[in-house]
Amino acid sequence: MGKTVAEKIFDSHRIDNPADNIHVLRLDAVFCHEITTPVAINDLIARGKDRVFDSRKIKAVIDHVTPAKDSKTANQGKILRDWARRHRIHDFFDIGRNGICHVLFPEKGFVRPGHTIIMGDSHTCTHGAFGAFAAGVGTTDLEVGIFKGICAFHYPQTIRIDITGTLPAGVFAKDVILSIIGRLGVNGATNKIVEFSGPVVTAMSMDARMTLCNMAVEAGATSGLCYPDQTTLEYLWPFIQDEYANKSTALEAFKKFWPDADATYEAEIEHDVSQLEPLVTHGFKPDQVRPVKEMNATEIDQIYIGSCTNGRIEDLRIAAQVLKGHKISDHVRGIVSPATPKIFQQALDEGLMSIFMDAGFCVTNPTCGACLGMSTGVLAEGEVCASTTNRNFSGRMGKGGMIHLMSPATAAASAISGHITNSPLFKRKKK
Amino acid sequence: MKSFSGKALFLDRADINTDEIIAARYLTEISKVALGAHLFEDITLDGFDMSRDIPGKNVIISRANFGCGSSREHAPWALEANAINLVIAESFARIFRQNMFNCGMLAVELPVSTIDHLFQSHANQETIVTTHLEKQLLIIETGQIKEEINFPLSDFDRALVEAGGWVEYADSHY
Repeated sequence: MGKTVAEKIFDSHRIDNPADNIHVLRLDAVFCHEITTPVAINDLIARGKDRVFDSRKIKAVIDHVTPAKDSKTANQGKILRDWARRHRIHDFFDIGRNGICHVLFPEKGFVRPGHTIIMGDSHTCTHGAFGAFAAGVGTTDLEVGIFKGICAFHYPQTIRIDITGTLPAGVFAKDVILSIIGRLGVNGATNKIVEFSGPVVTAMSMDARMTLCNMAVEAGATSGLCYPDQTTLEYLWPFIQDEYANKSTALEAFKKFWPDADATYEAEIEHDVSQLEPLVTHGFKPDQVRPVKEMNATEIDQIYIGSCTNGRIEDLRIAAQVLKGHKISDHVRGIVSPATPKIFQQALDEGLMSIFMDAGFCVTNPTCGACLGMSTGVLAEGEVCASTTNRNFSGRMGKGGMIHLMSPATAAASAISGHITNSPLFKRKKK
Repeated sequence: MKSFSGKALFLDRADINTDEIIAARYLTEISKVALGAHLFEDITLDGFDMSRDIPGKNVIISRANFGCGSSREHAPWALEANAINLVIAESFARIFRQNMFNCGMLAVELPVSTIDHLFQSHANQETIVTTHLEKQLLIIETGQIKEEINFPLSDFDRALVEAGGWVEYADSHY
């Protein structure tokens, strides 16, 4: 019987099958940040098991609150920093080199097709964009991952979503994933893998594929997955060129992680995006989506462009394209957070930062900060944010605040007008 | 092994997320106990009053997709800090459910009809849940009403609860 991508990865990493449907997998990488890892580190110390399974396979970063905003966050950073030094974790990224984990680690070449990855962060599903099985876990799973290099999962059922048609101008990966979450519901893929396939995905850059996979968890999915192809190869080539004779050998190796033609899916869905419009969320659940034009009158107080969903260079280019030559409305605050130092540098070199600053945006250092209301852009009670992030939960960016999720293009256009609005990049297709 | 019995707190809404269970502003805490006072501080639920409704409760009964959102294990820890070790719901988000068992806590899924019945017959009154893990049996008592409900529990999940969590289990098996 044919296998899905996740089934192939499970079958190549299984070390035990302790019960029906429970599969203990060997991990290729364990990613760590300063919010969920310190408790695991302290627990390992308390148990007398302060060890790491393989210091080369552990990658760590301080990203959620950086630079530290108070004594508590300074202490979280210190626990992670001291631990990384103690165990000689080479790939530890501190201030000056740090960025948002789900953008930084792919950028460093740490994610490969067919890999198994866990992190104490629900948006770990982002890395499925490379054809890896990457899952968010809690601190206990992380702790066992750190000292044993294993994690237990249920055998995955997969939903395959074939994204067909062609995207209209001004409609982006963010709109596609919002439309898919709206279709599946916040519980529609719980305990399942979502394979994103079809011509629209094939045409997407890695940045766009990461945006797509990033929000798979908002439909409950364990991981999103794209098939590793020529685009994946070109992105990874600088990191893997010593491992393969040439690009075609590498591509052949990647194709081992494509699904078999007779793979069995829990559901196969065709999702045609030819008539898709830019979308925005309303309410407090990410499956509550509407076309931007239906939310047009919504006044906003803050615009946030950044996060592991939309803080990549492509996102900044699109937002800058909309903002160029404009000022943001004088009753809104604009905040842009490039997701890594490399992206920040690229944006400077390309003149994007001047466009943001001329428009009236505040540019912050790379951090998760405002997305979960921890720093650099917390909302006051009753305030409304147009945000390129991934969660519109009540209170997420600040108690009593309201979040509308949207693409960077829509966020930039909304910053100029002061209310939610479509960007001029959007051109409706004629039926 | 933890205790899985006591007074029930009914939370009548689907999709209660981990930001509602424990808000991100408290993720800077590195002790589990410190989270206890902030359980459900941001929940959107009509009539809910955390200072009135949480104290003295040991079991939560809720609807579908409980614990969706973030991976933060701070959510089960905030429950544990309030002596709540059992959540009964129609369904759970994957990471939250795994975090519960990884901590040696219990996440029990019951069919929607049973959950509907529990809300209809027991909510808004003092309800005591007694759990018999070995029999996979819940005894639900509200005033004169007393009923027994069987619940599913896989051997692996039982092993985690009995071991006290995944760290103990993994350390003795791998």
